[in-house]
Amino acid sequence: MGIRERLSGNEAVAFAMKQINPDVMGAFPITPSTEIPQYFSTYVDNGEVDTEFIAVESEHSAMSTCIGAEAAGCRAISATSSCGLCYMTEMLYVAASDRLPITLAVSCRALSGPININNDHSDAMGVRDAGWLMLFAETNQEAYDNYLQAMRIGEAVGLPIMICQDGFITSHAIENIELVEDEKVKAFVGEYKPRHYLLNKDEPMAVGAYATPVYYMEAKRQQAQAMIDAKDVIRRVGAEFGEMTGRTYGLIEKYMMDDAEEALLIIGSSAGTAKEAVNQLRTQGRKVGLIKIRSFRPFPAEEIAEALKNVKAFAAMDKDDSFNAHCGPIFAETAAALYAAGISAPKGINYIYGLGGRDVRVESIQHVFAELEKVAATGETGETYRYLDVRE
Amino acid sequence: MSHLAKDMTPDVKWQDITPGCNIFEGGTSAVVETGDWRTMKPVLDWDKCRQCLLCAPVCPDMSIPVGADGKRQDFNYFFCKGCGICANACPFGAITMVKDEK
Repeated sequence: MGIRERLSGNEAVAFAMKQINPDVMGAFPITPSTEIPQYFSTYVDNGEVDTEFIAVESEHSAMSTCIGAEAAGCRAISATSSCGLCYMTEMLYVAASDRLPITLAVSCRALSGPININNDHSDAMGVRDAGWLMLFAETNQEAYDNYLQAMRIGEAVGLPIMICQDGFITSHAIENIELVEDEKVKAFVGEYKPRHYLLNKDEPMAVGAYATPVYYMEAKRQQAQAMIDAKDVIRRVGAEFGEMTGRTYGLIEKYMMDDAEEALLIIGSSAGTAKEAVNQLRTQGRKVGLIKIRSFRPFPAEEIAEALKNVKAFAAMDKDDSFNAHCGPIFAETAAALYAAGISAPKGINYIYGLGGRDVRVESIQHVFAELEKVAATGETGETYRYLDVRE
Repeated sequence: MSHLAKDMTPDVKWQDITPGCNIFEGGTSAVVETGDWRTMKPVLDWDKCRQCLLCAPVCPDMSIPVGADGKRQDFNYFFCKGCGICANACPFGAITMVKDEK
């Protein structure tokens, strides 16, 4: 049952790519995702895959390569980070609106400036409205598992998908990992058989048409439906993956939430640190829990509202800032989810944390829970827009 | 669900529009009405027209059809965007640009 290994997160994603053997990779290096195309190019050179490896001159071109290849009928992949993802932005929107299920591995990193190469979620959150599916991993294992599920999800709904992990924290740290056997991966992921593709000589086709105002909005509404439909697909593929590996995935992961009175919402590797903080506080009798958001796009609004409806206080943890003088994206979308569900009892606060690689310690999370205890006791949130672990 | 361009009319619902507005056949410009971009439209005075055919080749679209008899026919308003090049080219003042009323 599975193959025991020790891999970094980047290596794990590159290994998943090798097992899938996609048709085309548009590759351009940027820290901390550089290792992904680097490892993969070795597989190409060794003949372990027959992928067309296209080394391009920029991330804009990397995504353009993927768009052309995917439209032609291929499985296309890329990997990037930080300003590389920013530079792809124009083409990310094209990929999504052309309904091309490209798979992009993102090792999340801060944006300039000040120039910084360490982890936060500013890059991924900056393109959160580009129309891509976005899954986030807590561990190397999850980065690998999410990647194996990515194409099944994206191709089912006709949307591109980002598989995000935390730069350096998981991308470069080596962890124990359980790999899936090659033949099982091949059977699970399957072959890509698009209904329509440019290289089909029996069906002339044009991709990337101009849409006047009488058509544009219908096209966008249909695109929105694909994102809505993706929720069931993510659950279904996550359940099927669980049958194969014993590791089942959904849109969110609830940790100690059954009787929780205070809860965190968190994305990525810091969820692991936060679970340790929850464990320690539980031994002291505190009713605390956390919700890890695996799928940020689509946003699991109903699931989060349901999970939070009985808590007294929650903290949304944003590893980036929207610089709106108000709150980060997880708080904004969580508050909207609660409001839409008619739930107003839980008091919410927002922490901006871990920017540019600022270490997130168990004590950091314990501080958040200490603040939540006060909020729960008094019913007063005070300032909701807060920075964690900043010197003042 | 149709994927034909002729069915992608201004009445098409979001459920029926082709994903990404992709087009699945060739020569579809012939079935797409681009005349609705027009604000001015050319009108031909048949009494002034000498059939010199200076207008037909300067049309940037296909809005001045010429018949097998070698004579120009009336404007094809399905494609005419009202650019006015034909009116400018006519040596006889046979083409007048008037405000298009929908």
